[in-house]
Amino acid sequence: MEALIVIILALAVLMAVIFVVSAPLRAVHRPPGVGGVRINDVQINQSTADRADLEATREAKYREIRDTELDYRTGKLSQEDYAAVDGTLRAEAVEILDRLQALERESPGAGELGPGPG
Amino acid sequence: MAALGRVCLLLALVVCAYGIGASIYGVRTGRVEWSESGRRAVYALAGILTVAFAVLEVAFLRNDFAFNTVADTSSRTTPTFYKAAAVWASQEGSLLLWAWLMSLWSSLALFLTRGRIRDVAAYATAIILGFGGFFISLMVFYAQPFAITNPAPPEGVGLDPLLRFPTMMIHPPMLYSGYTLCTIPLAFGMGALLARRVDAEWIRVIRKFAFAAWFFLGIGVLLGARWSYSELGWGGYWGWDAVENAALLPWLTGTAFLHSLMIQEKRGMLKVWNVSLVLATGTLAIMGTFLVRSGILDSIHAFGGQTLGVPFVVLIAVLIAGSIYLVVTRREMLRTEHRIDSLISREAAFLANNLVLVGLVFVILWGTYFPLISEALTGQESAVGPPWFDRYTVPLALILVLLSGIGPAIAWRRASIANARRNFVTPVAVALLTLCALLIGGVHQKPFAIAMFCCAGFVFGSIGQEFFRGVRARRAMAHEAAPVALVALVRRNRRRYGGYIVHIGIVVLFVGVAASSSFQHESELGLSPGQSSRVGAYTIRYVRATASVSPDYDSANTQGGRELSAIMRSQPGVTLGPDTAHTGATLSLGAVLDVTKHGRHVATLYPSEGFYSSEEPTQGSVGHLIGGQPVSHVALDSGVTRDVWTAIAPNIETPRLKRIVTLGDKTLPYSNPAEGMVAIAALASAYMRNPPQAQFHLIVSPLVMWIWLGGMIVVGGGLIAIWPAPSAVRRRLSVRSRARAGAGAEQGLARA
Amino acid sequence: MNPARKRTVRLVVALSVAVVLASALIYTSFSAASPALSPSQLLRQAQPGRSYLLTGTVLAHSVARDGAVLNFSVADRAGGAAVGVAYTGTVPDPFREGREVIVTVEKQGGQYIGERNSLITKCPSKYKETPASEKQSS
Repeated sequence: MEALIVIILALAVLMAVIFVVSAPLRAVHRPPGVGGVRINDVQINQSTADRADLEATREAKYREIRDTELDYRTGKLSQEDYAAVDGTLRAEAVEILDRLQALERESPGAGELGPGPG
Repeated sequence: MAALGRVCLLLALVVCAYGIGASIYGVRTGRVEWSESGRRAVYALAGILTVAFAVLEVAFLRNDFAFNTVADTSSRTTPTFYKAAAVWASQEGSLLLWAWLMSLWSSLALFLTRGRIRDVAAYATAIILGFGGFFISLMVFYAQPFAITNPAPPEGVGLDPLLRFPTMMIHPPMLYSGYTLCTIPLAFGMGALLARRVDAEWIRVIRKFAFAAWFFLGIGVLLGARWSYSELGWGGYWGWDAVENAALLPWLTGTAFLHSLMIQEKRGMLKVWNVSLVLATGTLAIMGTFLVRSGILDSIHAFGGQTLGVPFVVLIAVLIAGSIYLVVTRREMLRTEHRIDSLISREAAFLANNLVLVGLVFVILWGTYFPLISEALTGQESAVGPPWFDRYTVPLALILVLLSGIGPAIAWRRASIANARRNFVTPVAVALLTLCALLIGGVHQKPFAIAMFCCAGFVFGSIGQEFFRGVRARRAMAHEAAPVALVALVRRNRRRYGGYIVHIGIVVLFVGVAASSSFQHESELGLSPGQSSRVGAYTIRYVRATASVSPDYDSANTQGGRELSAIMRSQPGVTLGPDTAHTGATLSLGAVLDVTKHGRHVATLYPSEGFYSSEEPTQGSVGHLIGGQPVSHVALDSGVTRDVWTAIAPNIETPRLKRIVTLGDKTLPYSNPAEGMVAIAALASAYMRNPPQAQFHLIVSPLVMWIWLGGMIVVGGGLIAIWPAPSAVRRRLSVRSRARAGAGAEQGLARA
Repeated sequence: MNPARKRTVRLVVALSVAVVLASALIYTSFSAASPALSPSQLLRQAQPGRSYLLTGTVLAHSVARDGAVLNFSVADRAGGAAVGVAYTGTVPDPFREGREVIVTVEKQGGQYIGERNSLITKCPSKYKETPASEKQSS
């Protein structure tokens, strides 16, 4: 009797595993437009990754600008030093924004940041 | 049911192999569905191991002694809580726990990064499944959790009494969570090198994993120290034991990584350094796991004699070789043009912090593995003791504390010298004030402790100044009341101010360590009832003895039990009762201690020693009831300023008491423990009528509680630092910043 | 000094400091370490005034307490030579005859004196994960 339970449970686990693991492979055979975006191209993957990286760099740069302002307001930077560093940082931020815009123009809507299929 | 467990392990092995193949195939051909399938293999692994773990857990709870691990570590009389936790009391069960926790944490990590850094994540998935496969192979081929014996023994051996403390059973899951979490940044680090993508997005992702690992590992280490101090009969919290060190090492490299990652984020520098730190953290975590199981080092944790040593050495060799190979072949990609601008900058302080931490790692690593090193180099195995560790870690710790006070006072990139000088006035003043207070208070000796206290003052001054100025700046801008401004300040700058709180916690912890180790009063002596001893400023008097007898059967409802109760009623002073403390001790002998200071009552302490039964007939029908390993139950009075700690070793082997046991052994049958318990009861009342001198270990340590308080502050600060800013704030921030950036750029261009 | 040269100088200085410190560390570890010896090795090699880590099994019927001093004998794991030790300090809970111990000893006269609080008792040979029996540190 116990042997039967063990066999049933083992089969259940096996079925569940196969179902979960094969889901993305089965989804590929569905035509696109039914569910989600199908990203199936190395180039598109690359530009998604570049875009994500630029956005992360942008966030980091904004944080740096805020940190520097806080440094100035808590007395760690003099007025002149702050102006210099702040200017440099803002210029770098603008450069990042420009690159993001360029990327946007190149491949509009490609690979939005977010969960992919599966 | 054991068959189900075995099937699960085999299935898990197959899933690991599949997942590795699918992930690598997916990332190399760009066919995302295969990488997705590989990621889901990790989810599936978590599911399978959950089933396997449940099978083992249920076996423990059902007293299924056919399972070898259940028979070895549990028994019918083990309390349910300890039965449930005994799953990881054995080598096999703990391997299962490790693999299970790793699969759970990895599933969470991969779920949270789905859709991001796909190529890195795919390689990371393969590496994670590689680790999973390794541990599962160990369970399939070397240490099988689901091995059974037919026919099943009727009763198990029971849980080692030393493990019958709640903290003791929670410590492994916490520590394993820390260790397994270290493998995730390792996997993502290797993945990043394989995918040739060590960039801003990677930083954002890996910071969270590294923090989680650092967080849980730190809690695990602290819990271990707390357990050692409050439960073991030794009275210390850190002994530089090999296994303590093994858990501390990845935590130190993790701390270094969290700091130097900020430099990479801001300046794009130190990529090689950071990647190496991440790889080192994971490798050290695996080494720590290995140390505990292989018995290669003489340590109290060493389980010795197991065949797991060789596979682990192979794994570690592969990790080290693989890491070096990856870093060397990717060094072009990791190169950077940027350099540190100025030595008076926060970057420089962070770099110094990293160097000190790595120095600490080197010292501790060297000292821990010295027995192996000395044997390899000189043929003679030698070991270094705690004094050697202290000699090098104490100065390094002092520098570390000092740096955590310097960092907040200087700016990123480049600090203005004049400003820097001004910023250090308050911290230095606080440090000097501390020094004066100590000297006036009569504290002259122990220069290192005094140095630590002064450095602590320096840090408190520096960070306090930061909070004060921050609140002042905020109020100037937003015109809020001070408390509101404080909350808003911390909320809007979580990483900075959360980090400050973490540093305060660390410094508080170090103050506790310095005070309790340098200014401890200890006394070890024999006392008879009525006698007292001076320890520091406290007088501790042995008021009277205590004895309690707890048979591990229901004393109310059996014939033998009722006889026993009758006998006990005629013996005043000895308590007979159910094992409410769940210690499982047959006999507990202890003392009531009265602690006074300058005549004023401070506390009453009840240390005791528990005597457990063993399964050895050779010890005799009565002897075996108390012949198992004795366990000391310490009594502790904790206060903010000091702890009073006591342990007792009662003398159970006086000629009179031994006579009772010998007589019982001769006349009573082994097969009826109820009758043996009558003899134990007689033993207890004989002890109470005329208590022999007992050995007491008495310790008064100042500021021990600061260690645990400091740890809690670190936990709180860490959570604040990592808590994500509300997305609304982030959006507003980015829109405004973009606008200002645009305006600023025009200004910048105009200036240039 | 141009920045590149300054950086090189800094690097060289830092590396030299690291090398010096590491060498000091390594050198002192060899002199500060206590050799781990079995009883038979100890009987052969022990010099008075040096401390050694004696590892072996507690000999049956050799444990006797004399006030604050615990006397016991440590034998080779495989049996054979045994060394008597006079030990003061905390005794770990698992300590008993037949258990494996490590104790720091020093030869004084004809006797081996155990260093205070240095007695470590290892877990029993049957594997059980007892993460710490007890450890004493001086």
